[in-house]
Amino acid sequence: MTRLFITFTAFFLYTLPAFAGFDETINEITAPIASAVGSFVFFKIPLFGAQLPLVVLWLVIGAIFFTLYLGFVNVGGFKHAIQLVRGDYADPDSPGEVSHFQALATAVSGTVGIGNIGGVAVAVTIGGAGATFWLIVAGFLGMSTKFVECTLGVKYRTENPDGSVSGGPMYYMKKGFEERGMNGFGKFMGTFYAIGIFIGALGIGNMFQSNQAYVQLNTVAGGALDGLGWLVGLILAAVVFAVIIGGIKSIARVTEKIVPFMAIFYCVFAIIVILMNFSSIPEAIGNIFSGAFTGEGVKGGAIGALIIGFQRAVFSNEAGIGSASIAHAAVRTPEPVTEGYVSLLEPFIDTIVICTITALVIGTSQVADPNFAGDATGVAMTSAAFERQISWFPLPLAFGALLFAFSTMISWSYYGLKGWTYLFGEGQMGQTVYKLVFCAFVAIGCMVQLGPILDISDALVFLICVPNILALYFLAPIVKREMVSYQARLASGEIKRYKH
Amino acid sequence: MSNSVLVAVDGSEGGARALQYASDRAKLGGAKLILTYVIEWSPYSFNTPEENAERHMRREQEIEKATLSVVEPASALLEASGVEHETIVRHGPPAETLIELAEKHGVQQIVIGRRGQSGIKSLLFGSVAGNLVQTSPVPVVVVP
Repeated sequence: MTRLFITFTAFFLYTLPAFAGFDETINEITAPIASAVGSFVFFKIPLFGAQLPLVVLWLVIGAIFFTLYLGFVNVGGFKHAIQLVRGDYADPDSPGEVSHFQALATAVSGTVGIGNIGGVAVAVTIGGAGATFWLIVAGFLGMSTKFVECTLGVKYRTENPDGSVSGGPMYYMKKGFEERGMNGFGKFMGTFYAIGIFIGALGIGNMFQSNQAYVQLNTVAGGALDGLGWLVGLILAAVVFAVIIGGIKSIARVTEKIVPFMAIFYCVFAIIVILMNFSSIPEAIGNIFSGAFTGEGVKGGAIGALIIGFQRAVFSNEAGIGSASIAHAAVRTPEPVTEGYVSLLEPFIDTIVICTITALVIGTSQVADPNFAGDATGVAMTSAAFERQISWFPLPLAFGALLFAFSTMISWSYYGLKGWTYLFGEGQMGQTVYKLVFCAFVAIGCMVQLGPILDISDALVFLICVPNILALYFLAPIVKREMVSYQARLASGEIKRYKH
Repeated sequence: MSNSVLVAVDGSEGGARALQYASDRAKLGGAKLILTYVIEWSPYSFNTPEENAERHMRREQEIEKATLSVVEPASALLEASGVEHETIVRHGPPAETLIELAEKHGVQQIVIGRRGQSGIKSLLFGSVAGNLVQTSPVPVVVVP
């Protein structure tokens, strides 16, 4: 492995000079591909003058359906979710397995990424302040979708011969449909999803992350890294390589430990900035509500704001994509539905808390100074909003962005790998090939412009929502049955609470 | 309260001394020993998805390792000296877990070995003996 690493590094060092004009070339190649894939997935229907991508409609209807079908589990199950994470129901006689807290923390590390910092800025730029309102609504509804997919992820996971576990949409599609006597369809769906997630992992969980991390680093460096995207990309790729191929787990472990603190650090400073913009708060909140229903200045008005809000919300919290259910499947529990409860906290933390805070940082800055960010968008815009009040903040923000990006990449490399092994088996050779491709895309992500990156990431990720939500509709009755039975046993005291 | 004593082992020399001490006292007083190995673990640590997926397998390995390399030899030793005992291997935060087990089994005292940590390390992470002495509901013997 070390030899492979050295060869890899040597190869890129050797070819360095050739990369000087590389950023441009890569950009020219990817842009048309991105727009072609994008227009295919985001087939749009005109609606009240706005363009509504069908896939967004598909997700919204799904989320609304699950919320109603499960009787607003996103509201009623919230308290129980917190009790589970606190370990109130953990059997004291079998410690040492993955706890609910750990499963949640791991899944949150995967979802809290650049989307929470940069994605929100994109939403506000395109969809206006009102997009924030719809972003929150999407987060709220997405909690129900997560509940369904994570319950299924645990219920239909597979135990490998070596004792490790694999789970996620491809497994619940295959086994769930098998139970309903639809073997062929289940296999087809599982395969389709697995292909989608291993390719999609290269977008949302990879290129978008490395791209935005580079942008923020460059902003902090005052543009000193202009044209050096390939270099930052290579360094990032080398670190990812060291972790996922070199097996240097300590880097991943350290990141996983720092990320939660970075998230808290980020939120605390964001709240400080919002408070410093005190006089702008009422107007900023007013803008969010009025923009949501009037869509002032937004292409497509209120519907336009709604579409953008939903699109960014899914991109950030991953509800409906099915990725989190891969992470949650690791938990050993006799009650799969408990993972469903725990997982509904993810869109809450990710979207309703963190994204809203970012939106308020940007919103209050906009009220105080409409042109505070100039032409900047994405992470750079958020960074400018922080900089207005705390001049040194872009630096820790760049560090945080880098870590968020890194932990999201590590999580997604695992999700993508699970898609790959589902298709091609657990063979080591194949896994290494996939991981190498993954590293290459980390580097590419830093060389291209944000526009095409967003298009292609969105397209790939939304593509797998189609089979996933479809499967969720079919399997939702199973989840409901488990949930009703669990709630009944909870009420009767059959499921014991150990801590109070 | 039954005439029993909880003794913690961890494969270290301190643990071995604790076992020796507890075994001698148990023989004199005819007490039963609860031979315990706590595998340090917290439900609140942060893991990568891969670590989570392998957790069950690792847990089994950890238990097996602790049982084979420490608990079984210790148990054989007690057997040879004719001391009545039972064995427990469990994951958890050491001090808390020992107290939990002590309460569950209604033991009269807890015997542990001293790790002899350096000042800085115990300042940062606290010591098991220190925590235990502060919070235990029964007397604690720390064998040097």
